Amino acid sequence: MIRKILTILSFFTIISVSALHADQKKIGFIYIGPPGDHGWTYMHDQGRIYMENALGDAISTTYIENVPENADAVRAIRKLAASGHDLIFTTSFNYMDQTLEVAKEFPDVKFEHATGFKRMDNVSTYSARFYEGRTIIGHIAGKMTKTNTIGYIVSFPIPEVIRGINAFYLAAAKVNPDVKIKIIWNYSWYDPGKEADAANTLINQGADIIVQHTDSYAPCQAAEKAGVLAFGQASNQEAFCPNAHMTSIEDIWGPYYAAKAQAVVDGTWGSEDTWQGFKDGMVEMSPYNTKLLPLDLILEAKNMETAIENGTLHSFEGPIYNQAGELVVKEGEVADDGMLAGMMFYVQGIDGEVPQ
Amino acid sequence: MNIELIIGILNIVLISTTPLVFAGIGELVTEKSGVLNLGLEGLMLVGAVTGFITLVLTGNHFYSLFFSIISGVILSGIFAFLVLNLMTNQIATGLALTIFGIGLSAMLGKKFSGTPIEGLNPYYFITISFLLVFLVSYFLFKTKSGLIVRAVGENHNSAYALGYNVIKTRYMTIIFGGIMSSIAGFYISICYAPMWQEGMTAGRGWIALALVVFATWKPWRLLVGAYIFGGVAIMQMNLQAIGVKLPGQFFNMMPYLATIIVLVFISSNKLRLKLSAPASLNIPFEKNQ
Repeated sequence: MIRKILTILSFFTIISVSALHADQKKIGFIYIGPPGDHGWTYMHDQGRIYMENALGDAISTTYIENVPENADAVRAIRKLAASGHDLIFTTSFNYMDQTLEVAKEFPDVKFEHATGFKRMDNVSTYSARFYEGRTIIGHIAGKMTKTNTIGYIVSFPIPEVIRGINAFYLAAAKVNPDVKIKIIWNYSWYDPGKEADAANTLINQGADIIVQHTDSYAPCQAAEKAGVLAFGQASNQEAFCPNAHMTSIEDIWGPYYAAKAQAVVDGTWGSEDTWQGFKDGMVEMSPYNTKLLPLDLILEAKNMETAIENGTLHSFEGPIYNQAGELVVKEGEVADDGMLAGMMFYVQGIDGEVPQ
Repeated sequence: MNIELIIGILNIVLISTTPLVFAGIGELVTEKSGVLNLGLEGLMLVGAVTGFITLVLTGNHFYSLFFSIISGVILSGIFAFLVLNLMTNQIATGLALTIFGIGLSAMLGKKFSGTPIEGLNPYYFITISFLLVFLVSYFLFKTKSGLIVRAVGENHNSAYALGYNVIKTRYMTIIFGGIMSSIAGFYISICYAPMWQEGMTAGRGWIALALVVFATWKPWRLLVGAYIFGGVAIMQMNLQAIGVKLPGQFFNMMPYLATIIVLVFISSNKLRLKLSAPASLNIPFEKNQ
């Protein structure tokens, strides 16, 4: 008897819920880490929350966290696609082929793949010009280092990461030709212990500034403990290392996510490639730490931001040589987006080789 | 290479290897009594998050360690009840414990993740870890209780026939292992990288498990093995920073590869296998046989 009542009740609940949200669009997210990483995934989740607030009842959102960049990603993406999601954001570079695989099976579902370069009729790509921020921190690092040694902790050898290293080095070497960068590849986006080990190793080898392209705030914390300087990653990490944190490059996804969700609601969504930086507000610098940085340097950094915004300054201005000494960008020119998107070489002056 | 650089490297090796020693030595004792606990990763994560939350709430490192240990006692107690009293499959139960621990720690820590805390000096625990290896080695091979643990692990039916309480012994060793894993977790979230983030142990529980086999169930070898694993990881970072090109992925899989090689080596000879692995490992004990 009780079971019967429950069945009837649940039947009504389902109907009422679906009636209430009949034309609500479902939007899904695939995250590589936990939203609490205070780095990459955290900022995507902030973007999701921004989108929810902006569109209100017109949409509902779901996310799956800690999805590895392998065949598991296919299952996670397919799960979202099969459960009636209209738009799915896959927020890491190595979800690229998995996103396309599922997109072929679900032509009516729209996909947005972050930092990738393969598109289809129902797959858009989007990324932020983080390298513009790397130019700013490279400039600051070049001026602030006393040992002329900068430690750089990186995850995987993919174009986005290598582009960041190059942009950083070019800016640093411009103001300080003696600067050297020491690079450690961690082969993981997220392992706080290992990131701390790498930071300590670099500090031990004489680095007095720590730069990271991994997702936790352990390197900044290690820098704080050792009394050296650091830049945060993806979000403002000043709270965790107030005496080391000079600034962070922040990823601002919210407005883009809201615009894309609105396009799906309006039925105007189309496949495209979006690559935005300071100018469109997709990349921002965290407040510069006035306790650590001299005022004129902060001013210089802010002027550089403006110059990048209005196009008078570019992160990759020629002449740029690769490690073999070949001219890759001519004097008076800037690297085009094609070269930037596939950048898999170090510029001249960086020691070591790009891992294969 | 100057002396300061070398001391610096040793320092980092000590700090990064200690959690492996704690979790590994705990599992070694558990396995010596014939129980395989694959739940280390879960135990470590729950220990890490409990310690972290307690520290945020009370600001007291001692309470933090205490509650972290309590979490290890409770979780490993549940594991012990399942595998000893209900005689569930040890492998499945251990895996379930890991999966449960990953989820539970993420859920508990959600509100606290990203709270800045005051870390603790790792050197207390580094010192304790060396002492611990000595004590465990002494206990297992020089005391009567240690002999009972080994007897239970080698042949639980004989041990039972001689009048030893197999279940009670295994409860003790499982809970000891649980406590050690939770201390390893506490060390990671309070000393090593003072923060809480989901899944922050990043597979160290599995490396500790591999380590026990690598050490062929001997405490001192476990210590040496842990420092080989830890030392290689830190050395490759140093070489990278100097500019030597290395296959980083290879070093990530090194602990597992080394363990497989040791396994192949010890199982190539039946006698050697008998001398190394506890004979009753992973075999459930039924009283009324």
